[in-house]
Amino acid sequence: MTYTIEASGLTKSFGDTVVLDRVDLRIRAGEIFALLGPNGAGKTTTVNILSTLLRADGGEVAVAGFDLATQPLQVRSAISLTGQYAAVDEVLTGRENLVMMARLRHLPKDRVRRRADELLDQFDLGDAADRRAVTYSGGMRRRLDLAMSLVTVPVVLFLDEPTNGLDPRSRREVWDAVTTLAGSGVTVLLTTQYLEEADQLADRIAVLAGGRIVDEGTAAELKSRIGSETLVLAFDTVALAHRAAALLAMPGEPALAVDETAVTVGIPTDGSAGTVLRTLTSLSAAGVPAARVDMHTPTLDEVFLHLTDTTTPSTLERTA
Amino acid sequence: MSTATLTHPTPAAPLSDVRRRPFADSKVFIGRSIKHSLRSIDAMMTALALPLIILLMFVYVFGGAIQGDGRYIDYVVPGIILLAAGFGSAETSVTVATDMTTGVIDRFRSLPVAAASVLVGHVTATVLRNLVSSVLVLGLALALGFRPHAGVLGWLGVVGVLALFMSAIAWLAATFGLLAKSAEGAAAFGFIVMFLPYVSSAFVPPATMPGFLRPIAEHQPVTPVIETLRGLMMGTPIGSVWITALAWCIGGIVLGVAASSLLFGRRTAH
Repeated sequence: MTYTIEASGLTKSFGDTVVLDRVDLRIRAGEIFALLGPNGAGKTTTVNILSTLLRADGGEVAVAGFDLATQPLQVRSAISLTGQYAAVDEVLTGRENLVMMARLRHLPKDRVRRRADELLDQFDLGDAADRRAVTYSGGMRRRLDLAMSLVTVPVVLFLDEPTNGLDPRSRREVWDAVTTLAGSGVTVLLTTQYLEEADQLADRIAVLAGGRIVDEGTAAELKSRIGSETLVLAFDTVALAHRAAALLAMPGEPALAVDETAVTVGIPTDGSAGTVLRTLTSLSAAGVPAARVDMHTPTLDEVFLHLTDTTTPSTLERTA
Repeated sequence: MSTATLTHPTPAAPLSDVRRRPFADSKVFIGRSIKHSLRSIDAMMTALALPLIILLMFVYVFGGAIQGDGRYIDYVVPGIILLAAGFGSAETSVTVATDMTTGVIDRFRSLPVAAASVLVGHVTATVLRNLVSSVLVLGLALALGFRPHAGVLGWLGVVGVLALFMSAIAWLAATFGLLAKSAEGAAAFGFIVMFLPYVSSAFVPPATMPGFLRPIAEHQPVTPVIETLRGLMMGTPIGSVWITALAWCIGGIVLGVAASSLLFGRRTAH
């Protein structure tokens, strides 16, 4: 088996709305793969289909070597799903949740309690083991959620927005847990809205927008394609801004765009101090001093705009 | 977060040899639902306190007016037990609907377990809870002067009929709970079930009702069940009404199981 998850031509519509439009995915064994995209891009739909919760309208999918359509039971034995909302039973205690999962995974009777204790310990839930999950903080709930997914170590672990709604500290804890998992040979498919999260965790990233994979690669590859940082200079008057825009244009190129409302000019840059210094000095020497300086890193929204709107030449670098 | 590496427990079975284990799985879900019941103040109040209050109301508040000779209690106790069994079991619609809105259901659905065993858990816990409630009502009724004439076989019959009736209501309630968009909507099922016993022979003989209500009271599902229960408890002749009662109950169970299994497989939590 070359790929742990292999999907081709995956399509899904809800009514007239096309949610997935011929999505292809190839995820290698042991890889942490991130599906990055904004709300409504089709991330959760993809996870729900791959984890047998939803039926695809079309396409062929094999998970852990089993055909999704004809061998769902085998697929379910090979996977664990941690959904978008912490999938813990809030009425039960942490320990009861784990024991329940161990019994549903058909662990031998004498292993059930021991496995629950091991996981409580590993996920730092020992002190809260006998409290109902409803009293847990967001981070604890997510940790219990992950622990429940690992009662038996799955071939594939699906994590649907694992840090959704968590504070920075809890997010860090979940990231640590996922990174630990990576060492154990589990293939992880995670979805996220945050470029930073995909960057931190994933070996490879696919960008999903409007139901299509619009780009795929390592974090470094994606970033280099997304565009550089922008130096945003604000001026006292629109006239000054226009003069600066003409001065800073590459030889033979038209003037840079001016945002007349904000009275700013955006200059694509590598973000180094030297470049910024040279730009400011040359403007100052020409008698068009900038009033304020700002560095602008592309937001995820702009990344998606950029990736989905490839026909219009890079609006990204021109606007600030 | 502990930095310990994750241990690899041996998988329970090789992946190529995956088998469903509906009984073992149902046992787990029954345990879960019983814990849910015991920890829900709402469910416990409905199951345990409400039936006792209703019994006291009918015996002491309405009883004198309905039947002045003081023996109304012998007529009404089977009806109270059935009323309580009905609305207690209808609670399943709320517990199922609530469950369906939580992420944990998606987790269950992504496991290699028979999906409907979650529902088996809900229904079984409901039936057990309501059987306990029936015993309490009966206990209080005996203390208040209820004098049944059933033998051992009669009582076994009572438990059997009650369990079947509760299961039928609970499975239909589960179906309703899966159809409902919210727990609040699912609660509507309780009103239907709560209302049925009033237009039956549970509290007053249908013969005392106005002409247009009588055929409804005589032919709706609750009346044969109540007549069977009353016959078994009081030792009076039952005739063939028990066949109608069983047919309604088993029909309800079959319909509820089929419909809810189908719906459960189709619905995702989000």
